Order: sequence, then C-alpha cells, then structure tokens
Amino acid sequence: MDFATVIQILDSMMRLSTPLIFACLAGLFSERAGIFDIGLEGKMLASAFFSAAVAAFTGSVLLGMMAGLTASMLLALVHGMASITFRGNQLISGVAINFFASGMTALIGQNWFKLGGRTPSLSGDGRFLPIEFPFAVNIESVPILGPIYSELFSGHTFLVYLSIPTVFLAWWILFRTRFGLRLRAVGENPEAVDTGGLSVTGLRYQATLICGLLCGLGGAYLSTGMAAGFIRDMTAGKGFIALAALIFAKWRPVYALLACLLFGLLEAIAIRFQNIEITGLGTVPLQLMQALPYILTVVILAGFVGKAIPPRAGGEPYVKER
Amino acid sequence: MTGKEQSARPDDAAPAIELRGISKSFGPIRANRDISLSVASGTIHGIVGENGAGKSTLMSILYGFYKADAGEIRINGKPTAIPDSQAAIGAGIGMVHQHFMLVQNFTVLENVVLGAEDGPLLGPSLAKARSLLTRLAGEYELSVDPDAVIEELSVGYQQRVEILKSLYRQADILILDEPTGVLTPSEASHLFRILRSLRDEGKTIILITHKLQEIMAVTDTVSVMRQGEMTATVRTCDTMPEELAQLMVGRKVLLRVKKQAANPGDVVLDATNLTVTDDRGVERLKDVSLQVRKGEILGIAGVAGNGQTELLEVLGGISSATGSIRINGKEVSCSGPGSDAGSRRRCGVAHVPEDRQHLGLVMDFHAWENMAFGYHHDSRYNHNRLFMDNRAIRHATARNMEHFDVRPATAESVARNFSGGNQQKIVLAREFTRGPQLLVVGQPTRGVDIGAIEFIHQRIVDLRDSGAAVLLISVELDEILSLSDRVAVMFDGRIIGERITSETNENELGLLMAGITSES
Repeated sequence: MDFATVIQILDSMMRLSTPLIFACLAGLFSERAGIFDIGLEGKMLASAFFSAAVAAFTGSVLLGMMAGLTASMLLALVHGMASITFRGNQLISGVAINFFASGMTALIGQNWFKLGGRTPSLSGDGRFLPIEFPFAVNIESVPILGPIYSELFSGHTFLVYLSIPTVFLAWWILFRTRFGLRLRAVGENPEAVDTGGLSVTGLRYQATLICGLLCGLGGAYLSTGMAAGFIRDMTAGKGFIALAALIFAKWRPVYALLACLLFGLLEAIAIRFQNIEITGLGTVPLQLMQALPYILTVVILAGFVGKAIPPRAGGEPYVKER
Repeated sequence: MTGKEQSARPDDAAPAIELRGISKSFGPIRANRDISLSVASGTIHGIVGENGAGKSTLMSILYGFYKADAGEIRINGKPTAIPDSQAAIGAGIGMVHQHFMLVQNFTVLENVVLGAEDGPLLGPSLAKARSLLTRLAGEYELSVDPDAVIEELSVGYQQRVEILKSLYRQADILILDEPTGVLTPSEASHLFRILRSLRDEGKTIILITHKLQEIMAVTDTVSVMRQGEMTATVRTCDTMPEELAQLMVGRKVLLRVKKQAANPGDVVLDATNLTVTDDRGVERLKDVSLQVRKGEILGIAGVAGNGQTELLEVLGGISSATGSIRINGKEVSCSGPGSDAGSRRRCGVAHVPEDRQHLGLVMDFHAWENMAFGYHHDSRYNHNRLFMDNRAIRHATARNMEHFDVRPATAESVARNFSGGNQQKIVLAREFTRGPQLLVVGQPTRGVDIGAIEFIHQRIVDLRDSGAAVLLISVELDEILSLSDRVAVMFDGRIIGERITSETNENELGLLMAGITSES
C-alpha cells in the first residue's frame, strides 16, 4: 500500500464519516436527555429526501437543506410527543419513524419526479460543492505534506468541515454550559431536575429538537454533499451504525468522533479494496468487505467493548410520583 | 403560646410557616384534614406520626408537589401560593427528601448548582459554589469534597449535599423527611449538630420522623399527627416520649375477632440470625431470630420500613439473607439455589405479599390465571407435562371465589377490575386453599374495606385453628392486637421486644415501635 493510497482512503474516510458524526451527535443529545432514539435513520432519510427534492425544484442547496432540517425536526417532534408528552414506548416510536420515513420518501419521490423514488441529479448550486483550500493546486506536488493538504484537508464540502467543530461544540455545550448540565441531569435523574424547580418536559423537547437538527444535517449531506441526489433508502443503516458508535463512545462527544471515524475508515477500506488476495486462501469476497462496518456494529452492540452504562433514566418516560 | 412568643420577640412576630386549615383528599382517603400549624422562625420543629398519618402529604403540599384542596399557606406572615417546587424554592423553602434527589454521576458541585446556576455558562457558577461550600463547611460542619462524584459518597455525605443544595438556594426553611432512616448513629448525631448550628443562625427547620428519641434530642417544638389530623403541638421540654407515643397511636377501636385461646404445638418456623444487607451495603435486617409454633399467630408490629418487608421477603423466598431457617425442623436455604419462592411453597410455606398489586397478582390477567400462580406444576392443574388443564383451574377458581366470597365471582374478570378487598381475597384464596403449614402474610387488610377486613381476619384465625403457624406482619397496631397471640416489635431492623398479646397494650407497644425499651 503506497502513500497515495493511504491518503485516498483517509480522504474518503472523512467523507464517509460525516453523516455518522452528525447522526451520532444527534443521538448523543437525545439519549443524554433520557430519550432513546432509534429513529435517527428515519430522520436522516427524510432530511436527505427533502433536501434533494427542494434543491432540485429551486436549484438552491441552502433552501434544500432548510427543507431537510425542517422535515427532520418535525419527525423529532413526533418522537418527542410520543415519548415525552404521551409517555409512549420510545423504541416503538423510533421504529415507526424509520418505517414512515422509508415509505414516505419513496412514495412522494415517485409522485413528484416519476424516477422510481429518486430525485433528479443535482448539479451546480443544487448541491454542496467541494471547497478548495488556497494554494491547494500549487503545493500538491510537495512530497508528503502536499497530498495531505491538497487531498486530505482540501476539497471537501461545507458540511464535512462543519462536522468536526460540531463535535467540540457539542462537548462544550454538554459540559461547560448550564443547558448541558441540566440536559445531562434530566437523562440521569429527572426527579432531581423536577424537584430543583426545572421543567423535565421542556428540557427533553429541546434535546429532541437538537437531535432532529443534527440528523437533518447528516441527511442533507448524504443527498446534496456526498451524492448528487436522493436514492431510495440511501441511509442504508447509517442511523444504526451511528447508534453503535454512540454506545462504543459511551455517550461522550469526542469518543463519538473517533468511533465514527473508525466506522468511516472501515467503509473506506471496503470501497477501496474490493478484492483482497490472501495468499493460500484466494480472494476475500466483495460482500464480506462491504459488510465490515455492519459486522463491527453487531460486535459492538453485542457488548464486546466493555461495560457501557447508558444514561440512567434513558428510555423511561418521566412520571411524577407522589 | 403564640401570644407569649409575640410579646417576647415583637420584631419577629410572624411565624416562619403558618398553615391554616389545610385539607387534602385522594379519592375517598382524607390524607390531611383541616390542618393548622405554626412554626416559629429560628426553631427546630418536629412532626411525628405513624405511617399514613399524613406527614409526607403535608410536606408535599408545602413543597408544591400537591395542591391542597383547601387552606392557606403563609410564609413569614405573607399568604403564599406554592403551585410547584420552583415556587417553594422561591419562597425560601428547601427540602431534603427521604430518597435523595441527586444525580449519581455528577460531582457535588454540579449537583449543588443544578437548577440554581447564575448564567448560561457553568464556570462562574461552579466557582461561586466552590467558595460557598468551603465557607459552609467551616460554619456548619458540612464538609464535603466538592469534586467527589455522588455515587462514591456514603449516604451521610450524600445527605449533606442535599442540605448544601438547599442552603445554596438560600433556603431559610429546611424540611427534612425521615433524615436518619438511612444513617448510622454517629452520622445521625453529626446531622443533629448541623441542624442545631443552622437553627442558631436563624434557619427554621422542620424534622419529620417517627423516632421519638430524635424528637426529644433535637427539636424545640413537636407536633403530632394521627390519621390526617394534627392532634397536638407541644414544647419538647414540656413533654415525654410516653406522652408522644400515646398521642401518636391514640385510642383505637379494636376490631372484634372471634378467637379462642391459642393452642400452640410444635415449632414450625425457626429462624435464627437472619441478616439482610441491601445493595448500598446498609443492613436492613439485623440478626433477627424468631419462632412460630403450630396453631399460633405471631404478629410483627412496627412502623413501616424497620425491616418487616425484608423479613417477609426472606421467608417468602423473594430475597436472600444470611442466617438459618428451619421449617418443621428441616433446614431450608436462605440464599442461592433452593431459596426461591417455589422451593418455599414446596416446604408448605404460603406467602401473601405486602404489595398484592406488584407481587401478589398480575393485574391484567384473569382471576383464574392469577389463581394458578405459584402452583403451575400442581398435578391438579396439569393434564401432563406439556399442557395445563385450564378447565380444572377455572373450576378451582370458581370454588375458591365462592368460599372466599369474592365479588363479583367471575373467574373471567381481570384482576385489575376487582376492588382492593376482593383482589386480596383472590390472593388469600390461592394461598389458603393449599393447606399451608406456615402462612407468612404482610398487611393483609391494607386498602381493604371494613367488611372484608373482618372476613379476612376471621379466615386467618380459622387457618390458625386448623393447625397452621401464622406470621402476621402489619403496620396497623390494632390489627396486630386483635389477631396475634404473641407480638414481636421490630425497630431499625431488629426485634426489640416480644410480648404476649393479652399481657400488653398499645401504649407499651407504641413505645417499643418508637424504639424505646425500658432498659434504655
């Protein structure tokens, strides 16, 4: 494996990790506040569809993203209503949102565009374009640093550059602000929050909305940044991989970033090396390589990463006793 | 008394808290009836009463958990509405709950500032709290490491954090709900030192407890509650524990139960040195030994939470303990394999749990399904190893319901649709009809109407007369007195006294229930 290949793989890792990072942070906010959310997938998918659809109609990726964020936050609100106001089962609500988004996007897509659930290909201002760093072309030929700067750092879309600072922003909000303290408290012991004179419901709704916003960014990136248009079920389990990364990271933002990068890396390797020759055994099948991130997900969820303690009040609707 | 205080301290005339005519009902249960209470500023005021006397309800009204049906709250002379906790905090009231309201994986500092932060950023609030904590630590012996994580602190320290939380919110009135229940004696005396120094600084403290020694040791004034009413308020120095015990228990009308003198036979249950330690490492049951003979009822009296539940669960095979249990002379396990509820049943132990809705019944299952619980392997209920004989179960249920006068006698109704008394009869019917050699029964008539109480009492006596040994646990002293042949009183996880029922009275037992033995 030469240096150029390594750079290429890392470059594609950055792009592939971005939706995971947004979704993982979305789950982090929600679960830290005590609302389990397996509907990350559905929210991303809804956002991906509406981003691409509105961008296709208007030719503006920003309007598209706004539409995507709105769709995702509306679904987040539905999840909030079900699990906070009506104290329903959070898993069921999440599953319902996933099914709803999967069916709805395909149905509306077919109705609007007649392309079998796809949106038309986006071009120009209809999608996020790579941002080239200054002098990227000039120093590309410099050994080592050149490719790192011009290929790895430069040439990604806006949302890729947004994802990394968002991780640190999330950390800062959770651990350095009043809001973060209250949010973490409500996921651990809502009674303490309630007796402290704060609104459990209000805090949880805020967390769900943040979750919707971040899922929306992840979804918008999928259809307008990474790809040029929406394809049916294009999230392909990324919402669940993000959940696995969240557990792997034990609900901590910076570890979440690392976990998402690891998943992105596996995916990048799978794409780059579709046929690996192992001497004496023959070729590793393509399918096995493509399954790598999912296999890691299963391994992590099966608890091979040591004890991961979720927020204590997670999944439990808050009912005032006494 | 109020007049005297007013003349003595004219500047501080208004009491810190004044309740006027507070009433609160939950459905048919009147938890608080027309309660008036006046707590002078800068005093420690104790509120005593049995379980269910309405102490906690009253304090919940004061802290904004409940809205009173009628009545007025005045804080420092001003009529104050307290619709929620926030309003209570705003009025300068702080509460130390029996179960601490702390976030377990937060530090002390984070818990203290939670909900009382100064601005959107945490840094300044934490710094302010740190300096305040250092100051309070010196002033009131309230030292806690501000950076310690709550779950690593002992219960006594966690309680200090709760007090610090209230002080950080500038509470002038501090309510402590059963604060010593979870403390060791030395932790408790430390707490009292803290409370005294807080009082000396002008804070007003309300201490809710059922332990009379604590009242005598630390309070200035004491109010007694009984059955939702405030029966007396006296100065602590003018009263005696005996008087308080009598006020607490009151003169109750004994329910009449037709009962012959007991005819005790061989020892059925012989428990020695039973000890239960909970998951926090606190001993809930301490070295309890007791015997119950064939044909007698041993009543366990005591204020709830003094180890009775643990004792019942150990005997019923629900939780494990150290020590030894012999049934009819045969050793049975207290922990590990063979200590489960099924094994107990096979030894002839029937268990009627305290909480019938959680442990006794599956509320959404039919009466006949509930009737088979615990006896699924009974040959009468099974065709063979694979299929149950539902018809036999239904048949048995119909018969049992008739014998136990369950109304409506419909085996197809779900348990939830029966009244409390009829639910209890279903459980009793299931356990009684197996002809147990030992019955352990907890709170047999809790939430049961008066007619059903008599019926249930009569059945328990009948079971005794048919040769069973009965261990009866109840927080209702009159129930214990009318049913049992011997009474053991539990306090703080121990049996602190045992009496023959015919040779004792409620005052003597009331003192024992409050932890006062003639020896001490």
